[in-house]
Amino acid sequence: MFTKELLDKSSQLRKKWEDEVRRIVAKNPDQKPHWSTVSDLEIKRLYGPEDIKDMDFERDIGYPGQFPFLRGVQATGYRGKYWTFRMFSGMGDAEVTNKRWHFLLNSGQTGLSTAFDFPTLMGYDTDSPKARGECGKCGVAIDTIEDFLTLVKGIPLGEITTSMTINPPATVLWAMYCAAAEIQGVPLSKIGGTIQNDMLKEFIAQKTLMCPPEPSVKLISDTVEFGTKYVPKWNTISISGYHIREAGATAVQELAFTLRDGMEYVEDVIKRKGLDVDEFAPRLSFFFNSHIDFFEEIAKMRAARRIWAKAMRDRYKAKNERSLWMRFHTQTAGCSLTAQQPYNNVVRTATEALAAVLGGTQSLHTNSLDEVLCLPSDHAVQIALRTQQIIAEETGVANTIDPLAGSYFVEALTNEMEEKAWEYIEKIDEMGGMVAAIEKSYPQLEISDAAYKFQRQIDSGEKIMVGVNKYITEDEVEIPFVEIDDTVEKEQIERLNAVRRKRDNRKVAECLNDIRNACKKGENVMPYCIEAVKNYCSVQEICDVYREVYGEYRDPGVY
Amino acid sequence: MADRKLRILVAKPGLDGHDRGAKVLARAFRDAGFETIYTGCHQTPEQIAGTAIQEDVDVVGLSCLSGAHNYLYPEVVRLLKEKGADDITVIGGGIIPDQDIPKLQAAGIKAIFTPGATLDSIIDWINQNITPRE
Amino acid sequence: MEELGKKAMTGDVRAASRLIRNIEDDIPGTTKAIKHIFPYTGKAHVIGITGAPGAGKSTITDQLICTMRKKQKTVGVLAVDPTSPFTGGALLGDRIRMLRHAEDPGVFVRSMATRGSMGGLSKAVGDGIHVLDAMGKDVIVVETVGVGQQEVDIINHAHTVIVVLVPGMGDEVQAIKAGLMEIADIFVINKADREGAKKLYRETLSMLEMGNFPDGWRPPIVMIESSLEPHSFAESVDKLFEKIEEHYKHLIDNNLIGERITRKAITEMNDALRGAIMEPILKKLVSTGELDNMIKKLVNKESDPHTLAEEVAEKYIKEQG
Repeated sequence: MFTKELLDKSSQLRKKWEDEVRRIVAKNPDQKPHWSTVSDLEIKRLYGPEDIKDMDFERDIGYPGQFPFLRGVQATGYRGKYWTFRMFSGMGDAEVTNKRWHFLLNSGQTGLSTAFDFPTLMGYDTDSPKARGECGKCGVAIDTIEDFLTLVKGIPLGEITTSMTINPPATVLWAMYCAAAEIQGVPLSKIGGTIQNDMLKEFIAQKTLMCPPEPSVKLISDTVEFGTKYVPKWNTISISGYHIREAGATAVQELAFTLRDGMEYVEDVIKRKGLDVDEFAPRLSFFFNSHIDFFEEIAKMRAARRIWAKAMRDRYKAKNERSLWMRFHTQTAGCSLTAQQPYNNVVRTATEALAAVLGGTQSLHTNSLDEVLCLPSDHAVQIALRTQQIIAEETGVANTIDPLAGSYFVEALTNEMEEKAWEYIEKIDEMGGMVAAIEKSYPQLEISDAAYKFQRQIDSGEKIMVGVNKYITEDEVEIPFVEIDDTVEKEQIERLNAVRRKRDNRKVAECLNDIRNACKKGENVMPYCIEAVKNYCSVQEICDVYREVYGEYRDPGVY
Repeated sequence: MADRKLRILVAKPGLDGHDRGAKVLARAFRDAGFETIYTGCHQTPEQIAGTAIQEDVDVVGLSCLSGAHNYLYPEVVRLLKEKGADDITVIGGGIIPDQDIPKLQAAGIKAIFTPGATLDSIIDWINQNITPRE
Repeated sequence: MEELGKKAMTGDVRAASRLIRNIEDDIPGTTKAIKHIFPYTGKAHVIGITGAPGAGKSTITDQLICTMRKKQKTVGVLAVDPTSPFTGGALLGDRIRMLRHAEDPGVFVRSMATRGSMGGLSKAVGDGIHVLDAMGKDVIVVETVGVGQQEVDIINHAHTVIVVLVPGMGDEVQAIKAGLMEIADIFVINKADREGAKKLYRETLSMLEMGNFPDGWRPPIVMIESSLEPHSFAESVDKLFEKIEEHYKHLIDNNLIGERITRKAITEMNDALRGAIMEPILKKLVSTGELDNMIKKLVNKESDPHTLAEEVAEKYIKEQG
């Protein structure tokens, strides 16, 4: 990377500087003995040329749109188009959420993102005994396509892209989207968006569970195959580190586990569906957390692009350049927000959003200041959206691509993240892949160790959260409070019952039986799911078929 | 000499899978010398009450981050009472808005710990308020 | 305290769980309740499940409960986990796998920490079994910690001992070392879909070929499929239960059950003697400071342990006797 003369000179100057530091520290000691990231990664006082001397410019850095894509997948950066402002939202019933969506689009949001409530996420209908008290609380309740059509009322599905955070029942909700598009007269080839559809991270971290890992991956491969053939603009998996991080993982763990998950999906689709890697890999997308440690996050995202490009080229022999592209969505870290002094959360979110942009994200959700307390209010959501708009339009950070490249520190940290991630990835390889590692609870235990350590560091004051363990104030701030009352649950159950009365129940049973047979024969379930939702089969009715055929997976609760 | 050891059930009612807090707490309880049983995610109030009784715990700590606490927490208290086990103390944590706290307390949840409560503050509360039942 | 015993015998869950707690906490007077229920015990079939941590004991127990409930049997489970030697606390994690039975009145699951007892089996397990037995449970499953020499203790409490092995953990060797191979009535090779399962099967088989079986029972090897394939997993656990029942029948038909019962009686007598004689003396030695003095003498080579112990015996046992 550098000439010998430069390194010699640097070494001379460094020695002088080190002497000076020693002299000062002897008199005025540092504030604390260890300086580390929020993930407890040790950081040096200073980085210099010697820290990146082994880098090879062409091999390790290069240009945007060129291997190894460290500096971004698009040659033009954000000049052609900013990242998509995509705010995750959903609450109450479909009508309330539809209203929120129109509000966001009118405020300048450029893509939709759906939060479903827990019964929907877990594949239960609102009237299930397990769903008691949950309807509409954390997202929108969807039982049948009737709810779905209300949700997308007035939304042009051929023009706007929609992300749906849905995992075990992803086939069902995506089938509803496809059916809704058909009803709007939009062909499947024209709709675009993302389903999260990443079950591995559910077993590792988020615990939205339904069937065991193996058949879960099978259902995911079904969607990849269906998308590749019929819905080419859809991202059928959003391989997610977000929840892994929220569960307490370090940045390196998030990076490593997420990418290893991605490799697991690639391997399964190749093996099970016989597709060529270049047929489907360009539609794989990722989803990262942007936590509060500014440079660590930027380094993580840059490293992610380089690791993925190498893995796709070298491990899976991808030829199409797009297969090597890591495209990702980012959400600022929910777990970094505090209930104490909630307005401080605006500052945290802005910092995290800035890191995501400097890390080169393709789309971004910024958390609202009140999200640690309740569902976000219109006002709080608007501030969060404005945060992105200010970063894009006022700060100038989008003027140039990957502005931190070449920084001794950022490049060294990026390299370190990559090395440490590969160590994890190779360890999981040795275990026989991610499904095998999950079965051994390996990633789960790594994360819960990290979570426990962090909490102890907060409790001891070794790590600081402002307003929680330092700069505590007594006076409380009133935050306008959004609440979903219990009438939502009652009305939703009434709506569901009305659908059950009016639909052709013989046809419903037939459709469910078709899905059952497809599962047993190992056929792709997607066409049957679309037919089933059109005939008003509910989310739970279809998921119950999956549970019946594949078995139910319960939280093993390792920690 | 009789040596009552405090037993505690850490339970996750409801459908959310945010178990980071529950697991961190379970470990902290062990490190505080309690015998700790953790239920794993997605338990019904019936399962939690049944488990609390079979395990003869002194405390049930509930953790729910889905917003369904207003239904689920009081339901656990009610079921324990129904089974003649209202001497088991129920406490709860999670994203619980201030205005819900009085309602939950009235329903018999003895203490509510909201985000930011330290592990030590929770353990201290238990040590000060709970003596293993005779 | 007797009251608690009486109530437990009617199947009262609160009373039973409280009684087990009193046993664990060594509450004075608990023996009264045990005395009361003792004559009514001895009806249940006690199954011990042992094997290394992570071998899948709890998952198998959970599925065994399903099998037994299908056959209308009531079930009690004692699941033992280790106490942390540093904090005295414990994470009792086995139960998580069995939570789906929490609402079934025919199933009683109780987690126990090893507390001070040296080996894998909690000291209170013996009496805990009596409580579940007195409650009227048809089958009692004791799941051990899975580490330590004292795992073999399970044989003193159970009629049927299942040793769970998994491929790829170097288990065979460990199990032989720990003496687990000798105590097994049934071998389970869990996660039979994994690489190495067939090899483990052959190794276990050839080891069995070297053994002789004076009781006429040659331990079968049951292959259990991955729990992630729920249908085949359930079927293989059903098969395991058939073997368990066969073994129990073998014990009864061949009058071997008496031997197991005697074995348990010897253990219990030993424990009770220790509790009635040794512990009161130890307590006195501690409270009077005599124990510390004796240890000092040993360290300074002023005496030897046997002389000192004989002195203690003379002094206290004479006094008491």
